Amino acid sequence: MGISVSHISKSYKTVKALQDISFDVKPNELFGLIGPDGAGKTTLFRILTTLLFPDEGTAKVAGFDVVADYKEIRKSVGYMPGKFSLYQDLTVEENLNFFATIFGTTIEENYDLIKDIYIQIEPFKDRRAGKLSGGMKQKLALSCALIHKPKVLFLDEPTTGVDPVSRKEFWEMLKRLQQKGITILVSTPYMDEAALCDRVALIQDGKILQIDTPEAIVKHYPKPIYNVRSTDMYQLITSLKAYEYNHSVYPFGEFVHYTDSRADFNPDDLRAYLESIDLFDTQIEKTEATIEDTFMELAK
Amino acid sequence: MTNKESLGSLFSPLYSIKKMKTILYIIQKEFKQIFRNKGMLPIIFVLPLLQLVILSNAATFEVKNIKFGYIDNDRTSTSRALIEKFNASTYFDVLTDFPSETLSSAAMLRGEVDVVLEIPRHFARDLQTEKHNNLGVTINAIDGAAAGVENVYITQIIQSYNKHIRIDLSQISDAQIQPVIIETIPLFWYNETLNYKTFMVPGILVLLVTMITLFLSGMNIVREKEIGTLEQINVTPIKKSQFIIGKLFPFWVIGMALLSIGLIIAKIIFDVPMVGSLLLMYVYTSIYILVVLGIGLFISNFTDTQQQAMFIAWFFVVIFILMSGLFTPIESMPEWAQLITEFNPIKYYVEVMRMVMLKGSGVMDILPQLIKTLVYAIVMNGLAVWSYKKTT
Repeated sequence: MGISVSHISKSYKTVKALQDISFDVKPNELFGLIGPDGAGKTTLFRILTTLLFPDEGTAKVAGFDVVADYKEIRKSVGYMPGKFSLYQDLTVEENLNFFATIFGTTIEENYDLIKDIYIQIEPFKDRRAGKLSGGMKQKLALSCALIHKPKVLFLDEPTTGVDPVSRKEFWEMLKRLQQKGITILVSTPYMDEAALCDRVALIQDGKILQIDTPEAIVKHYPKPIYNVRSTDMYQLITSLKAYEYNHSVYPFGEFVHYTDSRADFNPDDLRAYLESIDLFDTQIEKTEATIEDTFMELAK
Repeated sequence: MTNKESLGSLFSPLYSIKKMKTILYIIQKEFKQIFRNKGMLPIIFVLPLLQLVILSNAATFEVKNIKFGYIDNDRTSTSRALIEKFNASTYFDVLTDFPSETLSSAAMLRGEVDVVLEIPRHFARDLQTEKHNNLGVTINAIDGAAAGVENVYITQIIQSYNKHIRIDLSQISDAQIQPVIIETIPLFWYNETLNYKTFMVPGILVLLVTMITLFLSGMNIVREKEIGTLEQINVTPIKKSQFIIGKLFPFWVIGMALLSIGLIIAKIIFDVPMVGSLLLMYVYTSIYILVVLGIGLFISNFTDTQQQAMFIAWFFVVIFILMSGLFTPIESMPEWAQLITEFNPIKYYVEVMRMVMLKGSGVMDILPQLIKTLVYAIVMNGLAVWSYKKTT
């Protein structure tokens, strides 16, 4: 009852949005689709929610084929598009009622499923959706996508443009929904959110780079990573990039993530190099790879 | 979710109740949205009625306040009597006495006069001796329609003057041979006073009902596309027909409401005679609005923004209006244009409204229009529903 995608391709004129995509989402799994803007995430969502036909390949959602059984899929999935797309001029309650009605159900019937989420916006149920804050809009959109008790939930960049607190809350809500037996496919451009998924697929330019659990993805990072820090970060980055043995140099928060191309790399060599070009107060320490590092490495 | 189940449920009353409930809810939602849009309400109800009041008064073919100039080369009581005739007419404002033709031509070029009458020298004398004479009339024909009307007015005045002058000038000996004058007395049926308001009000009412319903329905579904709700709705099990009926029904109601308000204004303000059956007008309008809604939906299926929809709707409305026989008679159009008007729903609506309101035509009289409109409604809505796709 999960999702299975096999060899899906889709092109828009000359742009290849998706190229031979295959992956499986197990029932009751929280699966993340991680990739930058324009990677093809939304196209994949539109195919899986029957809004778009694939050029090649087949896909099944909750056991139904996306082309042949599209009607059944529309009954059994919930979809939350990336852009807020509820009626801004209807109130919170009216929006929810509207979606309940067109799914042939009522708010009362499935209230237990949305209770945790809806209870937070219920004090504002008579407020127009357009007047809600970003976090509340997103909770309302999620409630509307859940009102018919879907088996599979599609969330297209649900946390883009949402504040960090609401983002954290949102992921907690997803975890709770997962416990209620819903399969969730979520896309996000934020690498830190990937760690919260059961499994993730890294996607870029319409191709899947890797599929695994977040832990395994990080573990498979091929090289030791060093946090390098200096008072003059700009000078540091340019110097590291100029260093003949560098493998990768990425600014990462207050540090620069550095990997070396030599197998027997000794941080003291790097320190010596930096001091030779008048960068003295540098810190170099080993660190754990993150999903972002993996992504950058794979996307190279 | 087996086939057997869905087949069984198709015929169960529960299923159709659920279906009705969905449609009703969409209708309810549409009305809420319409009435919450504070900018839209006056556009829907107040502006059209203002238009009705203003246009019905303004759009008339009567030409009044014609700026009249004359060159009197005769300067006798006879010639002054002729000018006095023009002065007495409500259509002409007698402005200037030009000393020469050069000056009058210059004045016409500057737009100071519309009509110049030139009375020749020895006008009175020649009339008496030769029993006939020629007058020079110059009309500014920049506006061809107005010039035609002005020509008719001038001819009428001169004819009536002619009739009297003959009697005045005839000798007593001629008294026995009274001139036999054949006079035509035109009788204008169904609009005896040739009141343009009587003629225009039903037509303009037609325009309002058409424009408002077409624009609103054309923009409505595109709006859902623009704000992204359509995508969300397309991922639901809702049926095309449910959604379309639910979305368009409110505009059908608005169209009928506009007709009612318009008829009331026509009666109260313009006192337009309503000879025919009101019921027939409503029956015809209810079918006609379906045509308009079908066109609106069709437009919105092929556009991505409200702006595009608006422009296309405008394009059709302008053509439909100008070729509807509302302002210019269809009989005077070239043959190919007359053929095109056969596909103009507004033409039929204008005909029906005028026939029923002013002439009291019954169902049998408007049957051709009724059938054509019905066919049009079925074809347009069929096309619109067919072209509406839940996938992209």
